[in-house]
Amino acid sequence: MVFAQETIEEPPAPRTRSGKELIYRHTFFVRLAHWVNVLCVVLLLMSGLQIFNAHAMLHWGIKGAETDPSILSIYAEEQVEGPPIGWTQIGSAKFNTTGWLGVFRDRDGFLSGRAFPYWLTIPSYQNLAEGRRWHFFFAWLFALNGFAYLIYGFAGRHFRRDLAPTRYDLKHIGHSILDHLKLKHPRGEAAKRYNVLQKLTYVAVIFILLPLMILTGLTMSPGVDATAHWLLDVFGGRQSARTIHFITASLLVLFILVHLIEVLLSGVFNELRSMITGWFAVRPEDPAAQKLDERIKQRIRP
Amino acid sequence: MTREAITRRAALLGAMGTGGLILSGCDRLSNNQTFQRMLASAEKLNLTGQRLVLNSSAPLAREYQKSDISRVFKANGTVRPDGEAYRKLAFAQFETWKLEIGGLVNKPLSLSLEDLKAMPSRTQITRHDCVEGWSAIGEWTGVPLSTLLNQAELKPNARYILFRCADDLIGSRDGSGLYYESIDLVDAFHPQTIMAHTMNEKPLPIEHGAPLRLRVERQLGYKMAKYVMRIEAVEEFSKIGLGKGGFWEDRGYEWYAGI
Repeated sequence: MVFAQETIEEPPAPRTRSGKELIYRHTFFVRLAHWVNVLCVVLLLMSGLQIFNAHAMLHWGIKGAETDPSILSIYAEEQVEGPPIGWTQIGSAKFNTTGWLGVFRDRDGFLSGRAFPYWLTIPSYQNLAEGRRWHFFFAWLFALNGFAYLIYGFAGRHFRRDLAPTRYDLKHIGHSILDHLKLKHPRGEAAKRYNVLQKLTYVAVIFILLPLMILTGLTMSPGVDATAHWLLDVFGGRQSARTIHFITASLLVLFILVHLIEVLLSGVFNELRSMITGWFAVRPEDPAAQKLDERIKQRIRP
Repeated sequence: MTREAITRRAALLGAMGTGGLILSGCDRLSNNQTFQRMLASAEKLNLTGQRLVLNSSAPLAREYQKSDISRVFKANGTVRPDGEAYRKLAFAQFETWKLEIGGLVNKPLSLSLEDLKAMPSRTQITRHDCVEGWSAIGEWTGVPLSTLLNQAELKPNARYILFRCADDLIGSRDGSGLYYESIDLVDAFHPQTIMAHTMNEKPLPIEHGAPLRLRVERQLGYKMAKYVMRIEAVEEFSKIGLGKGGFWEDRGYEWYAGI
């Protein structure tokens, strides 16, 4: 455990012009993997919606087509009079989503009857063949990048050092939840590490959501299924795997939204700098809290 | 503080700009030849990756139970070929139809539907995966393609098996839109690769490719040519059609459709 006995005699930490302490938060490899992942995930999500549009339904089980029951379905309904209606059916509930899903104004201003609108798909026009090419190319890049990151994460102790929640973390999870609800961001020493909710979220994304994307994606391949029947058993069939692929992708979108909101709240410049250069400025302790802290220390001192 | 506020606005604008850039940029890239070639390189990885595991042990696609068979098996692509020749064949219940097997073979064959039905057959209940994303399950009976190819005796330079079909999805007059497909010998000799004449215990319906269709169970639906008229052993397919090995391949889809 080299990391436990941090050096005591350290040279003074670098500081920003306004005097904040700078710490080297993200190693080069983590930064590289992060940005390659950003590129891949964005392009995979958008080309994935293009592919989804070719059969805008989700089923559960081993089979499923137009006439079979569906969990989700997005479709256009033409009217005898007036413009078509875009419907989104989830389970037994049906919503009119005209303008957003099912029916929307295309780039050229004309009504189109696709599920997800042009500004969410790659390419923006309907073309399954091109969407698949984008998807598979960036799926390979995504998988190779993720694999390299995993090796680095274990071998370079990135996971153990930065992401694994400690027993102390888990005990004080309530405190962390409260801080998040109050949108209070840590300062001083606490800001040098990830908080417990952050750690758990990253662990869930890295070890559950992203691998699930790859595995459910592979289960949709008839070639892979032939050599790995167990994938079909694990996910309950090819159509279930397709549905789980979609749900997991939605959870990733949710994660990205929260991630971006947190970046906005905690300081875009500092967060971006840390993910580009590695250097992260630590906000000093709250002066009031610091004063209290000092008073306590003085009392303890005889 | 001001600096941070400006940065925040800049970042937001930047993010929005990037969104727009992604959209129009991706469309432009999608139409760029060099970029398309780069994207298409993933197909080689898919093929090599899958062949690494599929070639060595020739695993079978999962076979299902009778109770799993789809109530409605969606018919996609052509559901009734146009043209006088096919109409006549269908009218005569395909009794006048002959499957031609030729190209790089020592013994070209000409087989009637009756001949094919008299040959040893394989019956399999399998899942049909369309490139669009849906799946349907059906029971198929037919002659293993390997039986036919062994009878015709492939010449040593035969590398692909080509299927020429009666349907013309784009209604071309010169025959340039006639459906065709090709598979390599790994898939051609796979035990589940059959020329199906029977579906769910009934003669193959017209919408599913009567009188004969290909089943390649480890690939997507568009590989499984319907209305097969002629099987040809070839060395390469670069001079056939638009040169990509199949009707949909000529229109942008991957030749290897194992994913």
